[in-house]
Amino acid sequence: MFRNLGEMVLLFVATVRALPRAWRERRKIGEQLYDIGNASLFMACVLSFFIGGVLSLQSGPVLVENGIGSALGNLVAIAMCKELAPVMMSILIAGRVGSAMAAELGSMCVYQEIDALRTLAINPIHFLVLPRVVAISVAVPCLVIFANLVGWLGGALVAAHNDRIAVPWSTFFASLRDGVDTGDILNGLIKSFVFAVCIGVICCHQGLTTMGGPRGIGRSVTKAVVNSLVLILILDYVLTRLLLPFDNVFSV
Amino acid sequence: MTASQSTGIPLSVRHLRKSYGGRVVLDSLSLDIAAGEIFVMMGPSGSGKSVFLRHLIGLEEPDSGEILVGGERVGPNAADPTHRLAMVFQSGGLLNSLTVEENVGLYLSEHRLKSPAEVARIVAEKLSLVQLGPPDAQKYPSELSGGMRKRVAIARALVVEPQLILYDEPTSELDPLVSLTIGREIVNLNSRIGATTVVVTHHRDLAFGIADRIAFLADGKILALGRPAEIRASSIPLLQQFLAAEFK
Repeated sequence: MFRNLGEMVLLFVATVRALPRAWRERRKIGEQLYDIGNASLFMACVLSFFIGGVLSLQSGPVLVENGIGSALGNLVAIAMCKELAPVMMSILIAGRVGSAMAAELGSMCVYQEIDALRTLAINPIHFLVLPRVVAISVAVPCLVIFANLVGWLGGALVAAHNDRIAVPWSTFFASLRDGVDTGDILNGLIKSFVFAVCIGVICCHQGLTTMGGPRGIGRSVTKAVVNSLVLILILDYVLTRLLLPFDNVFSV
Repeated sequence: MTASQSTGIPLSVRHLRKSYGGRVVLDSLSLDIAAGEIFVMMGPSGSGKSVFLRHLIGLEEPDSGEILVGGERVGPNAADPTHRLAMVFQSGGLLNSLTVEENVGLYLSEHRLKSPAEVARIVAEKLSLVQLGPPDAQKYPSELSGGMRKRVAIARALVVEPQLILYDEPTSELDPLVSLTIGREIVNLNSRIGATTVVVTHHRDLAFGIADRIAFLADGKILALGRPAEIRASSIPLLQQFLAAEFK
């Protein structure tokens, strides 16, 4: 396990050192971004809408009963942008995109494509890892912004049309506007960026260390997704704790 | 069969040893290969032939011993150095996400050695050397037959203008006719570009058909080394068994 961790740290460092080449690899980064968007945008939309909806549904009646139904927009918005959107989008991306990355690189490893690149003096980190890690690090925060908007919409819709809640759109969004500031949005974006880098590095590392044919590819994919999910949840706590003191600093 | 205008480089292997988990795969291997020579490493499956080849291009690091290519020691990044090396992998090693044209021109385009127009010209030239035409250039590796994939892999290796070219089981999974074509290609290319050629195979016909010299490897040791006629005349029982094996 410690060896794996060490290798992942080295891969991360090598990827960071390769960052000046990112402009040169822009075509590959663009292709990866397109693939990520294509694979996840619809799912992100559905997921966020229902997460926002269920947040309203669970907390709305309680708030209304206690006479603070007007704070529902604030609650849904904060929960979405600081916690649920970054975590859920990262989990979605780890499952849909990270697994595909690990499988693709794993298959390239097993079928000697990576060796072929090395014999052509092409660094697999520049050619394969950098575009994927950069693309996923850009895509996940963008998806989180999108998820926030759709989630708020889902929450507002349920709040307005559920008889037990019946919080009008205008009240919901007024509360949202009062409660959410730039710092809250930034908090979620920072988290999602860190999660995305971790997903990219873990999945690329698992792919590049695949051994043993098709069975090995399957093993790598499973490990990539499980390790990503575990790390996302651990980092979520750590980052939340670390970012707490900055809550007011970021606020505008 | 040595090329008249040899651009090849000599190769020296000294006491090369490699083991995996206590199992010795290469046991103190030593040999010299002359510039421009076609050298065939023959032996049964699992005898360490491919591992030997991977050491030559720096994809594996030896436990001990050294490899000198053109007088320079091969390190872990053998593809970077002064000498131009290329390898044709058993599976072809073509990138499935790229077309034939992109695969063949990958070395030039990634290192930005030529303009896109020049890359296209060189790719067409190398593909024609292995009897592939413009319609094949736009195909993906998954659309090609095994023989065509091998030929594309050879064309990709040629783009490097190699001084040393390594073939790992170039005729595996191919029918006898295609194997013959690939064998001829290896000889033709050697006489055309003069690169030192090392072929690893367990196909007797290919080995005796193309080799200047043959080494017979078994259990990580060279049991016999010499010209094809000398190998045929060898009295080593395992080698005789290997050469005479056939269905009755």
